[in-house]
Amino acid sequence: MDRSRLLAMLHDMLLARKFEERAAEEYTKGNIAGFLHLYPGEEAVAAGVMHASEPGDYIVSTYREHVHALIRGIEPKRIMAELFGRKDGCSGGMGGSMHLFDRARRFMGGYAIVGETYPVSLGIAYAIAMRELPEAVICFFGDGAVNQGTFHESLNMAALWRLPILFVCENNHYQIGTEIHRHSAVAEVYKRACGYRIPSRRVDGMDVLAVHQAATAALEQIRAGTGPQFLEMETYRFRGHSMADPGNYRPSVEVKAHQQDDPLLVAIEETLPYYPSSEEIQAAGHDVIKQLSDHMNNEGHLDQAGFDSVAKQIDDIIEDAVQFALNSPDPTMQDAWDALYCNRGEEVLI
Amino acid sequence: MSKEIFYWQALNQALDAEMSKDDTVFILGEDVGLYGGSYRVTEGLHAKYGDWRVRDTPISEGSFTGLGVGAAMVEMRPIVEIMTINFSLLALDAITNMATKVPFMSSGQFPMPLVIRMPGGVAKQLAAQHSQRLEQTLMNIPGVRIAVPATPQDAWWQTRQAIRSNEAIIILEHELLYFSKGILDKTAPAPPMHRAMIRREGRNLTIISYSRMSLLAEQAATQLADEGIDAEVIDLRSLNPIDWDRCVASVEKTHRLLIVEEDSLFAGAGAEIAATLGERCFYSLDAPISRHAGLDLPTPYNGKLEAASIPTVTSIKQAARALTQTENAK
Ligand SMILES: Cc1ncc(C[n+]2csc(CCOP(=O)(O)OP(=O)(O)O)c2C)c(N)n1
Ligand SMILES: [Mg+2]
Repeated sequence: MDRSRLLAMLHDMLLARKFEERAAEEYTKGNIAGFLHLYPGEEAVAAGVMHASEPGDYIVSTYREHVHALIRGIEPKRIMAELFGRKDGCSGGMGGSMHLFDRARRFMGGYAIVGETYPVSLGIAYAIAMRELPEAVICFFGDGAVNQGTFHESLNMAALWRLPILFVCENNHYQIGTEIHRHSAVAEVYKRACGYRIPSRRVDGMDVLAVHQAATAALEQIRAGTGPQFLEMETYRFRGHSMADPGNYRPSVEVKAHQQDDPLLVAIEETLPYYPSSEEIQAAGHDVIKQLSDHMNNEGHLDQAGFDSVAKQIDDIIEDAVQFALNSPDPTMQDAWDALYCNRGEEVLI
Repeated sequence: MSKEIFYWQALNQALDAEMSKDDTVFILGEDVGLYGGSYRVTEGLHAKYGDWRVRDTPISEGSFTGLGVGAAMVEMRPIVEIMTINFSLLALDAITNMATKVPFMSSGQFPMPLVIRMPGGVAKQLAAQHSQRLEQTLMNIPGVRIAVPATPQDAWWQTRQAIRSNEAIIILEHELLYFSKGILDKTAPAPPMHRAMIRREGRNLTIISYSRMSLLAEQAATQLADEGIDAEVIDLRSLNPIDWDRCVASVEKTHRLLIVEEDSLFAGAGAEIAATLGERCFYSLDAPISRHAGLDLPTPYNGKLEAASIPTVTSIKQAARALTQTENAK
């Protein structure tokens, strides 16, 4: 893999982490309401998969989708404005955190009823296959979502008709408070797909390189016309299920053990053999979270001043996003009616 | 002994009371066990009754609600918790095609002591997929009983009555009520499960409502009294069956009827209430029946628009004033 790609993935993961932590802060301030499901811990999955995809591919995601949207290229400020429920948000303030949409970027939505992402993906993939296009659908879902009936129904149809879908299970081992061994008879999720003759494998979802390689290979197969592929990404969320959930059903030793495995640390280690210069890190754009700064500092790759300026840079982007959101107006009730009847043309109905 | 407690606690104590008396009663649903329920309703029950009686399920609403039907056919007393009403759409086959159809199609061979509990309603910016009010959908399934407790006292009574009944019953809770407080008197004798209650007596108009909206209607009525409008407030407590006689008696006294509901106006619960009371009270009415309901709009995420999409105390007062003015203009 070329280094610019690697640095870009690292950049995206750092941006994602900062964005989500700021969203948490804005939630506690009351600027964001409703259910807010955050992604820290799982960044390597979104980064690896999105970087393996093409702009022509479609993304279908869940309610835990801010980072998929960010890495897909929706501007941070438009996502933040949506979390604030404002008119300039990517869903015009009608959808909120769980329902980000951006048709231009083929970001086909965040869906909040567990198990909806499969049939939607199926439909998009059906259209692609019918039109014989070289595109694919990337369908995200959690480990808890594989016990919904639509999972089995959709996997069967996808395999039966060889539809171009990459199924990506973000296995963070929990369905809210229920650990995977208490919700699934077969806890190796990838094995479920074998029943439908869908090529499937388990990937270390804390390692962005491994994710990227697996997704690239799977998408190559899909584009070759061989039908759907299935990847189980083993990962972990550092926070509770949503901001309403303290997550205290998980033993603290378990949380700590997974934090050792922080995908950001793993990603940083992977960049090391390339010895990026301070300019390259800066060119990557952003952040410097504590772990990175300590590590790079110790290795002598970047001095404190360099880190500080990068840190400031990313903070500025996030700050801009928050200011943009705060300054954006509320949508009006007329906007809501227009959204409901957006597809009603001039036809005479009565 | 009466005590002020949270609504969720009343539900919790009702479940515990019935489970301790009858070991055919069991609970199943997502995160009802170790986690203690998304709204704490099943807190402590797993520790007390164990896995088989308080079962954490996968996210498989269609099948675990169907499981409830099967278990009820062989004389267990399942209580299925669907995390929110929005997910009950995945269980509609079990509710619609099985729960009341099996006893009916077998000409009465099977009992159906099934209780399905779920919260509905608009809460705080949960967006369109998580803010639904589907009471009208459930009301149109013949034979399904629906209780809508608005207070801890009713939650306590109606939950226990539902568990003891041999019919399929839905208990429709409300997400914003779980952490509301009220007096619970466990020694007070329970009224029949589906009887409506007059929360406030009045002479100028009748306001019929249910669930959270009945509490808002009561507040509105208290404030309207200062303006000289004396409203009678009826909390239906049940949407199937509906206590028509109590409603008719009130309308015959006040001659005006305002229905307040949180679901959408078009073909909503209020449409049924208006139609039936229009038939039964036609000659007593001094003004057309008025319905004050949620907009016919999916719930916007934006907080201001969300608040403007359902009735509030202020809007209920406006609707009541308008209705009394209609009479004056006559
Ligand atoms: C049909 C349905 N049932 C229940 C819920 C409530 N709920 C929201 S997220 C969730 C857990 C999902 O777990 P998983 O699929 O592993 O995804 P994760 O949140 O871990 O990313 C549940 C039960 C829902 N949104 N939809
Ligand atoms: Mg999960």
